[in-house]
Amino acid sequence: MSKKSYRQAINEALRLEMRRDPRVIIMGEDVAGGQGGSSGVVDAWGGVLGVTKGLYTEFGPERVLDTPITEASYIGAAAGAAATGLRPVAELMFVDFVGCCLDQIMNQAAKFRYMFGGKARTPLVIRAMFGAGFNAAAQHSQALYPLFTHIPGLKVVVPSSPYEAKGLLIEAIRDDDPVIFLEHKVMYDDEEDVPDESYTIPFGEANLTREGDDVTIVAFGRMVKLANEAADKLERQGISCTVIDPRTTSPLDRDTILDCVADTGRLVIVDESSPRCNMAADISALVAEEAFDALKAPIRRVIPPHTPVPFASVLEALYLPDAAKIEAAVKAVMNHKVTEAA
Amino acid sequence: MQIARETLLRSYRAMRTIRDFEERLHVEFATGEIPGFVHLYCGEEASGVGVCANLTDNDTISSTHRGHGHCIAKGVEVSGMMAEIYGKSTGVCRGKGGSMHIADLSRGMLGANGIVGGGPPLMCGAALSHKLLKDDGVAVAFYGDGASNEGSTLESLNLATVWKLPVVFVVEDNGYGEATGSSFAVAGTQKARAEGFGMPYMECDGSDFFAVYQTAGEAIAHARAGKGPVMLHVHLARWYGHFEGDAMTYRASGEVAEAKRDHDCLELFRKKVTEAGLLEHSELDAIDEAVRDEIESSVIAAKAAPLPEPADLLADVYVRY
Repeated sequence: MSKKSYRQAINEALRLEMRRDPRVIIMGEDVAGGQGGSSGVVDAWGGVLGVTKGLYTEFGPERVLDTPITEASYIGAAAGAAATGLRPVAELMFVDFVGCCLDQIMNQAAKFRYMFGGKARTPLVIRAMFGAGFNAAAQHSQALYPLFTHIPGLKVVVPSSPYEAKGLLIEAIRDDDPVIFLEHKVMYDDEEDVPDESYTIPFGEANLTREGDDVTIVAFGRMVKLANEAADKLERQGISCTVIDPRTTSPLDRDTILDCVADTGRLVIVDESSPRCNMAADISALVAEEAFDALKAPIRRVIPPHTPVPFASVLEALYLPDAAKIEAAVKAVMNHKVTEAA
Repeated sequence: MQIARETLLRSYRAMRTIRDFEERLHVEFATGEIPGFVHLYCGEEASGVGVCANLTDNDTISSTHRGHGHCIAKGVEVSGMMAEIYGKSTGVCRGKGGSMHIADLSRGMLGANGIVGGGPPLMCGAALSHKLLKDDGVAVAFYGDGASNEGSTLESLNLATVWKLPVVFVVEDNGYGEATGSSFAVAGTQKARAEGFGMPYMECDGSDFFAVYQTAGEAIAHARAGKGPVMLHVHLARWYGHFEGDAMTYRASGEVAEAKRDHDCLELFRKKVTEAGLLEHSELDAIDEAVRDEIESSVIAAKAAPLPEPADLLADVYVRY
């Protein structure tokens, strides 16, 4: 056990799985980097933010494949390789680039098994970074996990910390279905204790990062950290919160969410993705349908506005959920007064 | 050219099977009993069969929405295909894929595909599997002149070259992408495209089984030897519409009749092998009769087969969820 960053935890998961299983390969734009350059230096980048650094040096060009900047062909190739015996981990760099290769994910990899009557396995992982907070503007900041969650046949992972990232990525690589693994780019330098050895975290089992009596907060990815910051502050004001990290949006641990709402009677959902048809909307529908009688207050969603992600810091901060907005939402549900119908 | 007698018989049977399968679907579809969309491969049989006669189950192909011919050529079982097209639980995809998604990975058939340009990237991946798993296999992407314009296809020509993959890109050029002629929609030439990526280009007459068999053999041998991808451009005529029900008002009267009269691959095959003394008419007639029976019984079985159960709706979305 030692302190490791989110970046190191992901790198270690890839390294351990590549050592364990020769069928695991990685591919993507500049996952090594430097090939064909004038200096002759390879493994120059190890991913645009250094997440795959050193893997080319350890595993070589057959298993760490740099690609041209052509997402449709190499994401499709990853799907085809997965259906024919390899276990590729393809890096899409920024998840926003899915616009260039959605067909290969949505119409091909996700649907093989169903369309082919259960006779295909597609053990594919697509890693991509997502999220706002770096002034990366509208085409490099989206939180597109609802888009993938919408598609039957895909599993979608949104790890909230270094420990979570390592265990969930190893699980993803060993999984026999296509998995979209989304890393929050603002978290790459976050550190915590992470075991050195391999471990897996099962999909569809939410993590309760804290338990309380008054309000249930469901949050995804980086929002888990912000929800806990808000909950710390609220605790000092006498409001105790449960914070649920679902870990995966597909499958979704519905039971844990419904159980916690049954206990607290109040629900706040924190979701960094665009507000229409996002996870907050999905969970709101779930709770309205399955736990309506348990609610003591309307569900509150802490979500961005229905706009592209803006560039300027002042606007990006306004756009994003933060601890203060979460705190305000929790107080609002606590202060809700039930008015009896006349 | 030396072709084993066994290969000749098997290839003729495959071409005849495709022809009868498709002609029967043309008739049955008109009765309204077949759900969904059906796209027929009639007239193009020698292409799929000529290419696949050079492949084994260890090799992988991807197809198009005009996929029945490629499936049969690659050895997918005919009665299972027929049942699939009727949406029955005995279909090769248990009635959940239909005409556009017939697949059989045990035969190296990674699916017909409802998406134009869907296959070429997948075949880059299948070729990567063959290369890294060192199983001597090659991948063949069948696609049409319409799909030759898709970005995914052009990206795949680049990726396969950059990664030096054992892929053969087979452009089945029937002159139409849906209802639009390739003289309108395809800029430049397939040859110039291949050369633009530094890839060997070969072409052949798709109504001549022997031309396809030989040219594809060279292309596949090149890929199998680890020398990188090849483009094989096959010139064809489509005998029916883009889909069944297409009135083909965009084609001049006589175009299809001429193709049938002068470029029927089955007739050309028969003429060639009998004149050369390779096979007897009676042998071919026996195959024709056997295929007629096989198609007839596959239709009878498909019509009688059980429908999928309600529980099948939820099955096989995931391996585990």
